[in-house]
Amino acid sequence: MPSDVEQWKDEIYGTDIRAHIERFAEEGWESIPDDETGAWFERFKWYGLYHQRAGQESYFMMRIGPPGGVLKPGQFRTMAEIAREFSTGPAENPIFGNGWLDVTTRQAIQLHWINLEDVPEIFERLEASGLSTIQACGDSWRNIVGCPVAGKDRHEFVDAETLADDLHDAFKGNSEHSNLPRKWKVSVTGCREGCGQGDINDLAFEPAEREVDGEAVRGYNVRVGGGLARNEPRFAKEIDVFVTPEEAVDVAAGISALFRDHGDRENRYNARIKFLMDEWGPEKFRRVLQDDYVDFELPSAGEDLRSEYSYNAGTTHGHGDHVGVHEQRDGDNYVGLNVLVGRIGADEALELADVADEYGSGEVRLTQRQNVILTDVPDENVDELLAEPVLEHYSPDPDAFQRGSIACTGTEFCSLSIVETKNRQVRYSRWLTENVSLPADVEDFHIHLSGCTASCAQPQIADVSLRGMKTRKDGEPVEAFDIGLAGGLGERPQFAQWVRQRVPADEVPGAIEHLVETYVAEREGEETFREFARDMDEEELAALCEPKETSYEDGFLHNTKRTWYPYAEDDDLDASPAPTNPDDTPVSADD
Amino acid sequence: MTVSVRTFDDGAWVSVDNERVVGVSELWRLSGFCPCEVGDVMLEAFVEADSTDEEVKASAVGRCIACGESGSMGWLTVGRLVDGEFRRTDPNEVQSHTAEP
Ligand code: HEM
Ligand code: SF4
Ligand SMILES: [Zn+2]
Repeated sequence: MPSDVEQWKDEIYGTDIRAHIERFAEEGWESIPDDETGAWFERFKWYGLYHQRAGQESYFMMRIGPPGGVLKPGQFRTMAEIAREFSTGPAENPIFGNGWLDVTTRQAIQLHWINLEDVPEIFERLEASGLSTIQACGDSWRNIVGCPVAGKDRHEFVDAETLADDLHDAFKGNSEHSNLPRKWKVSVTGCREGCGQGDINDLAFEPAEREVDGEAVRGYNVRVGGGLARNEPRFAKEIDVFVTPEEAVDVAAGISALFRDHGDRENRYNARIKFLMDEWGPEKFRRVLQDDYVDFELPSAGEDLRSEYSYNAGTTHGHGDHVGVHEQRDGDNYVGLNVLVGRIGADEALELADVADEYGSGEVRLTQRQNVILTDVPDENVDELLAEPVLEHYSPDPDAFQRGSIACTGTEFCSLSIVETKNRQVRYSRWLTENVSLPADVEDFHIHLSGCTASCAQPQIADVSLRGMKTRKDGEPVEAFDIGLAGGLGERPQFAQWVRQRVPADEVPGAIEHLVETYVAEREGEETFREFARDMDEEELAALCEPKETSYEDGFLHNTKRTWYPYAEDDDLDASPAPTNPDDTPVSADD
Repeated sequence: MTVSVRTFDDGAWVSVDNERVVGVSELWRLSGFCPCEVGDVMLEAFVEADSTDEEVKASAVGRCIACGESGSMGWLTVGRLVDGEFRRTDPNEVQSHTAEP
């Protein structure tokens, strides 16, 4: 039997949802019939609106996904202004205040505490600036990710920016592809370094070259079926297909239609294309694609560049991110800035928009490490840009732990989460910076923290992977983490091995301290952590990260799920003001 | 009195009459789920929910934090209906794990 969600999607989905959002916004939160909230919240996701967790009723997360993370001049400012005006809630976050933007691991921006009544105006402003929330969540083409410096990069092999834009234009709002069995995540890589992270996406275009009619043509090899969620991580599989940049959109349409028709619509846990790939294997997949979904002969795969991939590859010559000042192909520079756990205060975001205008072209780009990049900075502007006060906090030269930390949304807003994430990760990284030292050649140390197995922070491809769990400590349930080690991408990508289960959250920094100290003491030459750990078995890896209490104090050990907002003065669920009016007063108070 | 019961937010909650009432990620005392006499099982996602006149039941996937066993489980009683009002079950109340739903 098709799931509830499938029935709701059959009734109303895609662009038809917009008029209903406008109507509910006009009539107010309470006009959504109680017995239809499940259906409407599911549909709202297609327009980038995700209802927040219990205790925060009437508030939404809004996601805006620019293809490849590229924000044209002015667009970042628009979002910062919207964040300042609309993205504030009834209580403050002790580290981040009230009103901010979250840069996500799929090169999007998330705003929280959005009231439905404000949505039409926000949509209008976004659209006036050339932005949209379409398909940012929901069962369809999500934001297309890729090399964040596509079009500028000296290492570029094919023009990934153009393809990301072409795919965005072809599939956003396309009714043929708007109702898929599950989310559909696409990545385009054009560089020699592999920084599009194609391996963990449903559909990946990877740079390749092939002879076509006697001539060497640059284009893409196609991989299908990557994904990290639900304890079932998969790397995308090579399906032995080469596409030219001109044919890529047609082949993508074929693959998306194949998923639309053959993906599992009965069981949402089995719906992602990785499970169809498990069942069929790449040969059958290719055959069905060729026979039923494209009307020209698919060439076999070309020669790829994977042996050159250095992004998050765990090699000494590799680069783990885009932080720092780097020369562009045209002689200008891009300046990558570290954003700890992806969160930027709205006022600081406006300052960043100002310096992007003043010293660069005004373009701001978002990376899959939750960072931002200012592009097109001429040599003569670099020093002045680096001297700007806002770059002290959003630094092009951060400490290695600050630089390597990623965290997902967590119990602050997310229903699925088991633990508090972003504030905790900020505190972990500060403690590590103060108490643990890395040698100068280790510029970044990747610690990815996810609140549950959905794996939004991509924990499996980090040096240290943290995944939210529960355990008991002195008899009491406490927030905890499973610890995984030595994952990463590159020519031979590898998921982290989970070597410690259910470590209480306050003992995690001690475990990482032990691990780093052992690594630093025992590594050979300039070995990276992944190289150091490569030949260790599970037991040896587990011995590296012995849990231990330290001077680190955890503020959120006891069940942040049971609160309406983990940082509120009175955090009890019954103390929640939600549902509220747009001014954050309780709905019931004014009538 | 009939109530409307379903899973919500991608399996994060069981809702009763469209109100989210029981969430994942709590520890439940279950016998029969794992080798432990009484397992201490963290629910990771609700798969299905249903009700009788007296009870709200759900099936879930979870993991025992004592022995590490993980997988799907049969019906749990997550709450009772008293005069049509929902009262959540205390997760510390030991329940025997029944067959797969
Ligand atoms: C309100 C907060 C969020 C909720 C409720 C949520 C929900 C989910 C769910 C249900 C999955 C599993 C999908 C599956 O079954 O395959 C998932 C996976 C994922 N989400 Fe989120 N998510 C949230 C925030 C984010 C954020 C902030 C990002 C960054 C853009 C993100 C990116 C991802 C990624 C990268 C994966 C895993 C990789 C994969 O399987 O492809 N999510 N999320
Ligand atoms: S990993 Fe889990 S807790 Fe974190 S944002 Fe994703 S769904 Fe929420
Ligand atoms: Zn057990």
